[in-house]
Amino acid sequence: MKIKQKQSRQYILSKKLDDFFFDVYALGQFSMRFFKELFLPPYEWKEMIRQSYSIGVKSLPLISVTGFITGIVFTKQSRPSLSEFGATSWLPSLVTIAILRALAPLVTALICAGKVGSNIGAELGSMKVTEQIDAMEVSATNPFKFLVVTRILATTYMVPLLMLYMAIIALMGAYVNIHTNEQTSFTTFIQNGFHTISFLDIISSVLKSVIFGFTIGVIGCYQGYNTTQGTQGVGRAANTSVVTAMFLIFIEEVIIVQITNWFRVF
Amino acid sequence: MKKKEIHIDRNKVVISIHDLYKSFGSNHVLRGIDLDIYQGENVVVLGRSGTGKSVLIKLIAGLLRPDRGTINVLGKDVAALSYRELEQFRLKIGFSFQSSALYDSMTVRENLEFPLLRNSKHLSRQQVTQAVEAALDAVGLSQTINQWPAELSGGQRKRIGIARTLIMQPAVMLYDEPTAGLDPITSTEINDLINKVQEEFNTTSIIITHDLTCAKSTGNRIAVLLDGHFVQVGSFDTIFENGDERVKSFYNYNFITQ
Repeated sequence: MKIKQKQSRQYILSKKLDDFFFDVYALGQFSMRFFKELFLPPYEWKEMIRQSYSIGVKSLPLISVTGFITGIVFTKQSRPSLSEFGATSWLPSLVTIAILRALAPLVTALICAGKVGSNIGAELGSMKVTEQIDAMEVSATNPFKFLVVTRILATTYMVPLLMLYMAIIALMGAYVNIHTNEQTSFTTFIQNGFHTISFLDIISSVLKSVIFGFTIGVIGCYQGYNTTQGTQGVGRAANTSVVTAMFLIFIEEVIIVQITNWFRVF
Repeated sequence: MKKKEIHIDRNKVVISIHDLYKSFGSNHVLRGIDLDIYQGENVVVLGRSGTGKSVLIKLIAGLLRPDRGTINVLGKDVAALSYRELEQFRLKIGFSFQSSALYDSMTVRENLEFPLLRNSKHLSRQQVTQAVEAALDAVGLSQTINQWPAELSGGQRKRIGIARTLIMQPAVMLYDEPTAGLDPITSTEINDLINKVQEEFNTTSIIITHDLTCAKSTGNRIAVLLDGHFVQVGSFDTIFENGDERVKSFYNYNFITQ
């Protein structure tokens, strides 16, 4: 009987750290390939429209409900603190700043990371393990262009659009709550709310959402496209897509807020 | 079922594999493969699971790159082709996957239309529909045209997978475990279909299998893959009657002949 010998492998740092740095490198290469393939024909317009519909339009109900609730809850939670100083008239501006600068981009990105990111990871992962990606390749179709480029592009422009939509819905939720409690008119709410909002607030939120959208797409596609180990791998790809995307979104949020604050000083 | 006599043009080599090596890390899967396959011939590659049979046809289709050696298919050195050239080359190759690999998000019609719409843009809508119907008719599954892959049985999925490859009228067909996981009756139907494709479309095929019934009924020649190289190549009877003891005992030939 053969005695199974334990294979010794050499790691530069440790297995986990080596795997981590390899993943970072591979993700970088994957992103570079996206930018390379993005500008090369053929352009998959039809698939991109299909993905935009699937990622954007199908997320609208969830975004609407969570946006409206976010607006109401944030307003309700902020009122007691402001009323202590007799400053409830500041509620519209506080809520508008919070929603436009932070809540709408972050909540939209987190919802999309959960809904869209997991969907992309699982879909591409199951296509990988059932050889559908190979089948596409032997059908003389570039699967990276057809599956990956279209999905990353769709998330990159749909997440900012969803963010703007969520901001509007959340502001409506906030208005409903303020109007019910303080009898503030819609015109006053908008005037007070947008009085403190600058162009930088809106542009930074949109740019932030573009980065969040790209992150969700690229992480979901990377995990799905590189799935191994059958159905177990598909589950892992979906899970890792969500966890990694959410983690990166928070890191990016911190960095972008810092950069935006530098701009505010000037 | 006894295989029909087919005219094989022994002067025309369609697939020529020479000194082929492929490893995955320390796992040396293919270690010096040599094989010539002629026009109109069905060659069955027999071997145990994990011996590199599927790797071999993935190398032929250009899905993997060899470590060493050459694969010449239809006069082209596959490993030397650029990505664009590979795309054009693949239009002449039909690949039937072990898992059928039908696109789950598309109906049967859309699955069949997919390669056609992307690669034959000059065709009218009516011509595409006709081609889809003809391909489905060839595999005897016209009634499934509007069904989803999830609604089909394993055998139907295999046949639709073959229809999807036939729609591009390939010169070379590569079948990866065509009868794996199927009941004996459905397996026989798939074997008959492989023979029908060979007869009607004059394709040159490689059939990867460990199913001896499939090998006997579809192969003009059998190549036995053991330890990373072909230990025997010849007709089914030659291999199992006069051949290597390892091959005979390995496949338990007596079991199927009794």
